[in-house]
Amino acid sequence: MGEAKVGSRRVLTRDTFPELFRALVESGYEVVGPTVRDGAIVYDRLRSVEELPIGWTDRQEAGTYRLERRNDRALFGYNVGPFTWKKFLFPSRERLWTAVRKEGSFTVETEPTNGPPVAFFGLRACELAGLVVTDRVFAGGPVADPGYSGRRSRVFRIAVQCGQAGGTCFCVSMGTGPAVRGGADLVLTEILSPGPHRFLLEVGSEAGADVVDRLPGPSVAAGSEERARAEEIVEATANSMGRRMETHGIRELLRDNLEHPRWEIVAARCLSCTNCTMVCPTCFCSAQEEVPELDGEKVERWRRWDSCFNLAFTELHGASVRKSGLSRYRQWMTHKLGTWHDQFGTSGCVGCGRCITWCPVGIDLTEEVAAIRASPGAIAPKAGGKT
Amino acid sequence: MLAETDPGASGAPHPLAPVPYSVRAVATETPDTTTLVLEPVGSRRIGRPTPGQFVMLYAFGVGESPIGVAGGNSDGQLVHTVRNVGKVTNALSHLTPGDTVGVRGPYGHGWPIAEATGRDLVIVAGGLGLPPLRPVIYQLFAHRESYGRVEIIYGARTPKDLVYYDEVQSWRRRNDLRLQVTVDAAGRDWYGDVGVVTTRLPDARFDAGRTTAFVCGPEIMMRLTAQALVGRGVAPDGVWISMERNMKCAVGFCGHCQFGPSFVCRDGPVLRYDRVAPLLRLREV
Repeated sequence: MGEAKVGSRRVLTRDTFPELFRALVESGYEVVGPTVRDGAIVYDRLRSVEELPIGWTDRQEAGTYRLERRNDRALFGYNVGPFTWKKFLFPSRERLWTAVRKEGSFTVETEPTNGPPVAFFGLRACELAGLVVTDRVFAGGPVADPGYSGRRSRVFRIAVQCGQAGGTCFCVSMGTGPAVRGGADLVLTEILSPGPHRFLLEVGSEAGADVVDRLPGPSVAAGSEERARAEEIVEATANSMGRRMETHGIRELLRDNLEHPRWEIVAARCLSCTNCTMVCPTCFCSAQEEVPELDGEKVERWRRWDSCFNLAFTELHGASVRKSGLSRYRQWMTHKLGTWHDQFGTSGCVGCGRCITWCPVGIDLTEEVAAIRASPGAIAPKAGGKT
Repeated sequence: MLAETDPGASGAPHPLAPVPYSVRAVATETPDTTTLVLEPVGSRRIGRPTPGQFVMLYAFGVGESPIGVAGGNSDGQLVHTVRNVGKVTNALSHLTPGDTVGVRGPYGHGWPIAEATGRDLVIVAGGLGLPPLRPVIYQLFAHRESYGRVEIIYGARTPKDLVYYDEVQSWRRRNDLRLQVTVDAAGRDWYGDVGVVTTRLPDARFDAGRTTAFVCGPEIMMRLTAQALVGRGVAPDGVWISMERNMKCAVGFCGHCQFGPSFVCRDGPVLRYDRVAPLLRLREV
């Protein structure tokens, strides 16, 4: 019989931490998580705890991302990198179906939606919030995406509460972090000091309890010391956010300022490079590609990530609806922060800061919102008025 | 327990997979516009569209394009009118009877015909805006007693751009509706009206206080027509337009068709004018 229950807490020392990884593997999960590659912390298949970004941190600012050595051996002493977990659920390229000519007609075979269970090892609070957002997009409407829904149903989520805030982080403003409040099977908090390097492990689901029951040794309930320390850590992180954004009435603010002069200023900087949409944990736009074989008898339909910054994105009868960079930046930001609420009942932004960090010219959406808020209604006629 | 498979694997058809249909008939409407009559190949067929909905038509090896439903019957037959403006519509325009195409759908919200019951109805079509309104017109004929006065205004660029020409002429013979056909420009062989559709509105007979209007055509034509209707006293929430945007998936996943808060594929294509009027005034939304 399992001992662990939802809400149970345990302490893992740094020495026993690999047991958690082993328990996941024994439970049948493929483990994916953070690792250092090409000068960045990326998410990929992990074979052991030793592949985590041990002793690394990331310094982030608008248009800047640098890995730096920490003066300790922290496993989770960084924030978020250029990858998101989205790529495991909504791959950047995915075959949807294959069609073959047959007896004057054709048959269509869709891709299987089964696969191995996967453990996301090291989700941040903002990233858990991102999963909730993409769940609504791909599985919350009248039609569910079979590929996303299938993969999503097999995900085990191990969240890590952030022990520091990045320079472009603003999860506090978006109400998504840094504390993990639900939505994870297991929640980790890394405690580096005082005392030995250790981890508070909290059980968030029955599946999480099953994994914890596989940990060796007697179950040791977490002491009040670790729980208090975890709260201190999260609070300190919350107090050191690199960015903030006022979200009160933001949907209406953006809706009523579609002709604000600020759009021209930001459009003059924006390169329409699509980076912000590629690194965003919630951007979901895609294109479809028809890939025929040379004999014309068989064809594959692929879906790949697309971006509202691409000129062809709005092509209609040979011309694009959104020709200007201004209109494309405006679409991205007003959708992310405004009309997303109309469509999905939530903001499309989780405050991870990736779009700020990875913008080659350092455009900062928190700054753009603040600029519009500072002079709302400039030149713009109010929506709903008569012409 | 770990899920080895998922509910999606239980045999429900993939929402993005086309269903084969056979081309029964092809008719050339204008030099660049073709009407296709499609029939299901096997037992599989899409649900019956309601007037104003659209489907994704698939040309094997080329791709998909969103096409309005211009007609159909209870045996699963579908009628679509396609203008040759791109790679996919070019392939669709060159189909011949016996060829196979893919169909998925029907998608979106169509014309709110039920809401027009007991009211005067003004139908304004511009160019290829007529095909998506054709099912409304036939539903209207079938239940003519349910509506008040009916006014149909159909405009095209030139006489040779008018689609369903003989059919539209046959509507003229009905004494229970008024039909005005106009073209933007014409030669001496055209005896009808010349001018954009809004120039015909002053002649239209309807009681603005109890009128519902369905408008379909190029975006600028719909905007100006809606403004003119409102100018004649029609309530903005009684005017409906059918928006057009780039669509790849038609089910709200791909993001291409967004028009402000609306996914045109899912929330439209037919949208209530008062809800979109502020956005229609802006460029590049």
